[in-house]
Amino acid sequence: MPARERKLLQGNQACVHGAIYAGMRFFAGYPITPSTEVAEMSARLLPRIGGRFIQMEDEIGSIAAVVGASISGLKSMTATSGPGYSLMLENIGYAYMTETPCVIVNVQRGGPSTGLPTKVSQSDTMQARYGPHGDYCAIAVAPSTVADTVTETIRAFNLAERFRTPVTVLLDEVIAHSRELIYLPEEGELEIYNRVKPTASPEEFEAFALTPNGVSPMPSYGEGYRYNVTGLTHDTHGFTTNRVDEIPVKLEKLRHKIADYTDEIEKIRVEHMDDAEVAIIAYGSAARAALQATDIARKVGAKVGAVQLYSIWPFPDAKLKELCGRCKKVIVAELNMGQLITEIERIMPDKQITTLQRYDGEILTPLQVVKKIEEVL
Amino acid sequence: MATAEKAKQKSDVTLHYLRPGKKFPSVWCPGCGNGVVMGSLIRAIDNLGLSKDEVVLVSGIGCSSRLPVYLDFNSLHTTHGRALPFATGAKFAQPHMKVIVITGDGDALAIGGNHFIHACRRNIDITAILINNHIYGMTGGQGSPTTPGGTFSTTTPYGNVEKHFDPCSLAAAAGATFVARSTVYHEPQLQKLIGQAISHRGFSLVEAISNCHTYFGRLNRKGDAVAMFDAFKERAVPVGKASKMTEEELEDKIVTGVIHNVEKTEFCDEYQKVVDAHMGEK
Repeated sequence: MPARERKLLQGNQACVHGAIYAGMRFFAGYPITPSTEVAEMSARLLPRIGGRFIQMEDEIGSIAAVVGASISGLKSMTATSGPGYSLMLENIGYAYMTETPCVIVNVQRGGPSTGLPTKVSQSDTMQARYGPHGDYCAIAVAPSTVADTVTETIRAFNLAERFRTPVTVLLDEVIAHSRELIYLPEEGELEIYNRVKPTASPEEFEAFALTPNGVSPMPSYGEGYRYNVTGLTHDTHGFTTNRVDEIPVKLEKLRHKIADYTDEIEKIRVEHMDDAEVAIIAYGSAARAALQATDIARKVGAKVGAVQLYSIWPFPDAKLKELCGRCKKVIVAELNMGQLITEIERIMPDKQITTLQRYDGEILTPLQVVKKIEEVL
Repeated sequence: MATAEKAKQKSDVTLHYLRPGKKFPSVWCPGCGNGVVMGSLIRAIDNLGLSKDEVVLVSGIGCSSRLPVYLDFNSLHTTHGRALPFATGAKFAQPHMKVIVITGDGDALAIGGNHFIHACRRNIDITAILINNHIYGMTGGQGSPTTPGGTFSTTTPYGNVEKHFDPCSLAAAAGATFVARSTVYHEPQLQKLIGQAISHRGFSLVEAISNCHTYFGRLNRKGDAVAMFDAFKERAVPVGKASKMTEEELEDKIVTGVIHNVEKTEFCDEYQKVVDAHMGEK
């Protein structure tokens, strides 16, 4: 049995290793701080495995090429930061509508606009859910360490393929640029999901057929199915429709194929929550401070627990509510002016919710979290 | 062969490539040149003997961009201006496929202008057919990057004060290796040029000058579809003859034929060399 490969990597580089493990064979991107190393590593590694890398003229073109390549059969990814993600929204929406699997990595930096190119932030949390116009369900996963970045990128590809949808990996500048010693998973160690291909003949094939789990089998161009892909609202054959009986069918398909299967998507890490009276909820690099602060507070007997969200969207309403059931108080730690907290307030109107925010471009420290715990207790 | 028989054969070829079950009529106004371009494309592909499965038709947004939906190929109807980057992804992922982009003057040269020049620069093996009717038809007759100076549109109600792009010069300057122009009046030539463009290895552009009698024609008193077709006939000058004419003589003329044709390395081929050289490296 081959030993697991040990590597000292940045989060951005780990992301590419995870993507390749998951089967990525196409990357299109545009340089932007602090995500550029994802493109650089992809440019270096992809030719070695017969994959393809292209630097496009902008982020709009990057996500367009990613969608085109995915429909042509290659698992595809792009990486960017806030300003680039804003430009990509148009064709991320196209990927939602056309049900095209792909992965978009957003290494978050401070905003709005060009904001803080080299500084950490979590202020694109809501953009990952509501960025593109229209009604749809979004999936976003969020690592907090370099090792997590490998597994969460793999999970992002698996979810994209499983649900035929774009998936956002919400990284941030700190994880992206931190170097940590990690073990890469061995071949066969983690499950890899590949999109379901049609078994029907081309004559019987219905491109966006309604299936029991809402996901239609997806052929690649060139495999004989010759179907139509359009960003216009379409019927189950992929042809544009304006019919009042067909429009809701499409929109409900986009919603239910994800909303009805949240168990397969939600991932939460829980520490010391069994008897906790205070819960700290966080994700990404803020979660690192939260976890460490919880450990410190426990040592002096404080009944504090930590809840780390690995999947932000769909928001894990029921699970989170259950986990925090016995807590009277909740601290929401995030690197923005309050985005995650709006979801927590929505699902736990009965709790005393305190916010711990930092939006000056620096990370939350465990000491800051400990101080907040003292205040709340 | 009798004329009637010939016509039937021609229509059989067309029907063979139309999508079964797709509800016609099309979104195009009666007399629109888009149908002529569609017929030219069908016959060019048929003459080349391509299989339907190996053709990918990609388009953006606009009247012309509806074309792929009617044809029985792999079709990708994308967002406004973005057909070329989508096509770049599709081509690069499967370089053996024939990827053809159908676009319009607004789609390719305004919102998609950046993608257009960079697709030319890369010399990726994609054929772009730019149907130039000098106006935004789908949204109701607004000025486009090819609306000539002084002409009227709903957003240039007092005459256009802007200059216009020449898509062929732009493409050649940006690095496209095959550039040609014809009009919807000159269907046999258009068909031939589309065939040559698809066969060319590298980025090829065919500009098809077309009529929007509904907006451009009406707002500029150019008459109906037939009158506009006749005008294309009058204004067309073959590229050979045009080379002997002065700039003043060429004012308001449409230069037709192969305008630019050079050989350069193609993007997917060059990338494959990189893959071949580094495959398996650790």
